[in-house]
Amino acid sequence: MSVTIRLQREPFDTADEVAALTHGRTDIGAVVTFIGICRADENGEPIAALNLEHYPEMAEAEIGRHVEAARQRWPLLGVTVIHRYGRIAPGESIVLVVTASSHREASFASAEFLMDYLKTRAPFWKQVEKASKAGDKSWVEAKSHDNSAAERWDSR
Amino acid sequence: MKVRYFAWVRERVGKAEEDIDPPSGITTVGDFVAWLAGRGEGYAYAFENPNVVRSAIDKRHVRPDARIAGAREIAFFPPMTGG
Repeated sequence: MSVTIRLQREPFDTADEVAALTHGRTDIGAVVTFIGICRADENGEPIAALNLEHYPEMAEAEIGRHVEAARQRWPLLGVTVIHRYGRIAPGESIVLVVTASSHREASFASAEFLMDYLKTRAPFWKQVEKASKAGDKSWVEAKSHDNSAAERWDSR
Repeated sequence: MKVRYFAWVRERVGKAEEDIDPPSGITTVGDFVAWLAGRGEGYAYAFENPNVVRSAIDKRHVRPDARIAGAREIAFFPPMTGG
């Protein structure tokens, strides 16, 4: 299985990443892409940007462990995970997950599995720059529904 | 042992990392957190609710009962909000 994990400040190009994953392959029958995008509001308040802090070495290791867990659950042929850090403006992409398999079920399910774990286990923290007051910043609080989304995979 | 702090834990402690040799008798992550909280105002604020702060030893998530013996790097941070 081809695995690509990248943490980067720069934007990514989804089409390029899908092409890189599938180039020259005739065994892949289903590719699912998930893109997480920065919204212009957080808890109903307009925001100017998100600042993403991360723990670089652990983030890469932790994502790798979840990719390995996904590979053990589903017959995957390729996975790409790209997570950005730094300042990200509304409308820009934050995270990309691409999963490839022979059939769609594994691609859909593993993409959801990876995102659920990324949300709660990958060491990234979002800080909001509010649009209303210049320089006013606050850390995004973890959401309990994200925890329950990850936990449901434990019992399957 | 290298100790690293992230997000609001880092802001409250007032630094991103430091080297600490924990005193003898500190055997678990939970012991270490309780000891850190006594090092000053910023630490006390960072660890005021020890159940909220998450920890990792050598880049793996651990629970408060994990033993710190042999750890090269221990990190403390809030619940994660990536993705």
